[in-house]
Amino acid sequence: MAEYINIALPKGRLGEKAYDIFESIGYGCPSIREQNRKLIFENEENGVRYFWVKPSDVAVYVERGAADVGIVGKDILLEQGSDVYELLDLGIGKCRMAVAGLKGTRVHSDHTLRVATKFPNIAREYFRRQSQEIEIIKLHGSIEIAPILNMSDVIVDIVETGTTLKENNMEPLEDIVQISARLIANKAGYKFKSRQIKEMCEKIAALREGKE
Amino acid sequence: MMKQEGFLKKGEQTVFLLRSLFEQYGYRKFKMSKFEEYDFYADNRSFLSAENILTFNGLKGRLLALKPDVTLSIVKNTKGNRECPERVYYTENVYRAEKGDGEYREMMQVGLEYIGDVDDYAVSEIILLAKKSLDTISARSVLDISHMGFVSGLMEAAGISPSKQGRILACMGEKNPHGIRQLCREAGVSEEMTERIAQTAELGGSLEEMLPKAKALCCNEKMEQAVAELEKLLACLKACVYDQGVNLDFSVVNDMDYYNGIIFQGFVDGIPKKILFGGRYDKLLEKFGKDAGAMGFAVAMDLLERYGETEKTYDVDALLLYDDTTDTIAKMRAVQMLQNMGLSVAAQKKDDGSITYKQLCRLNERGVEVIG
Repeated sequence: MAEYINIALPKGRLGEKAYDIFESIGYGCPSIREQNRKLIFENEENGVRYFWVKPSDVAVYVERGAADVGIVGKDILLEQGSDVYELLDLGIGKCRMAVAGLKGTRVHSDHTLRVATKFPNIAREYFRRQSQEIEIIKLHGSIEIAPILNMSDVIVDIVETGTTLKENNMEPLEDIVQISARLIANKAGYKFKSRQIKEMCEKIAALREGKE
Repeated sequence: MMKQEGFLKKGEQTVFLLRSLFEQYGYRKFKMSKFEEYDFYADNRSFLSAENILTFNGLKGRLLALKPDVTLSIVKNTKGNRECPERVYYTENVYRAEKGDGEYREMMQVGLEYIGDVDDYAVSEIILLAKKSLDTISARSVLDISHMGFVSGLMEAAGISPSKQGRILACMGEKNPHGIRQLCREAGVSEEMTERIAQTAELGGSLEEMLPKAKALCCNEKMEQAVAELEKLLACLKACVYDQGVNLDFSVVNDMDYYNGIIFQGFVDGIPKKILFGGRYDKLLEKFGKDAGAMGFAVAMDLLERYGETEKTYDVDALLLYDDTTDTIAKMRAVQMLQNMGLSVAAQKKDDGSITYKQLCRLNERGVEVIG
């Protein structure tokens, strides 16, 4: 019997979109569509096993080999600096990482910039390259409130449409990096399930090209 | 007789096997102290993949460091030169803080270094030993080989300045073609060269199949030389019938300031991270002002800790229960008898669940009785 490919999917809309891609290229697993609380689904016929994990944990499962491949946002990869192969840009879940603040905020001034963010590593790296001294305020959600309450000068966060920012009288000030979902693979798994993983990549790449 | 594999852990077994393998090829054991002066590591910080060094004060206020690496100390002390090489191996603990751990850990490394004139023979010997080392751990292993000359030749041909190389090399390490394309676009690299770099990163497969592809990607003398060196290596490995599981993969990258020539890393099925890593580091010897080349590798033994634990393990084969009425001599004899049957034994008064066993025995006036 062929070995299973273990695939870590991020819970939520991105994971569902990613699963649609896998299904359309022949890695379907019908039981995953059933409404239940199971976390692991396998299809012996296609040799795939899926599991749903918290989006920010996908790279951890892959790096430690519990999953051979996984779907993860570039934001999380950049933040965690995981030691994995980043094989494909899936072109879904597109958004951007940006510096944002109340309208008219000046990013570069003569005092230390207070930055509220869920992504301290990305923020630190970005401002380091600009030689801007900063103070990081690590938050876990509702980042937009920080500048309104004058707890921070700016935020570093994901911007999709910009609606949340607008509604809170804020605007994107500087773009840091474009974000989209990536297919990542464990480095050792890629050696020993090389044929299956390469085949999977080629099929996804072909599907993407067909769409473009 | 108890069988060796019965009580040796996988890591301990592997240490024995590797030592005898290395000694077979004339490598001598190198023993070093647990620490060095801090400045020694600080001066060579970028050679160490670990960023943090565990320091403490010596008796006279000198700043000392628990060793994060063994290679540096070997290079500092070596007498190897181009005329007469020095071959050493080591089994040492190193102290590092891995990313995400949040604390220093003691990790065992077994490795070897060849210091002298690194000729084609030496390269083949070390690659052969690296592959054989992986084979002592698992029947399914892969040794990925890359060549710094090929990669730096490619960067030169593409006109990428050293300051921009770092991020492109990081993308090569991730086999990340979209990342490479984006960075090359930003750096103004021509489309043709960009594709060459992306293809180089994606190469991966047996040395024999991939070398012609690498050859087709060459665009200067430096790259051609690298391929020629790899071709010689392949011929040697084939002659020893040892080319299976030796792959060409340019996603193996390392610091260009220290490494030159062939670099490699090894994986075994069932361990999620690279377990073996090494390469040629003539430039480090240069920094120490020594007239010699050098090449070596290390095996990260800490990764073996959980490897191969398929069946349930027991603390002892037999737990022997006795009570206060039994004669001490009888207890000794009973334990000895069970040991002579090849079993490991723990004798105590009660089974309180703190020790796991295959068999539970009781000692009474009739002798040893198996009760569960």
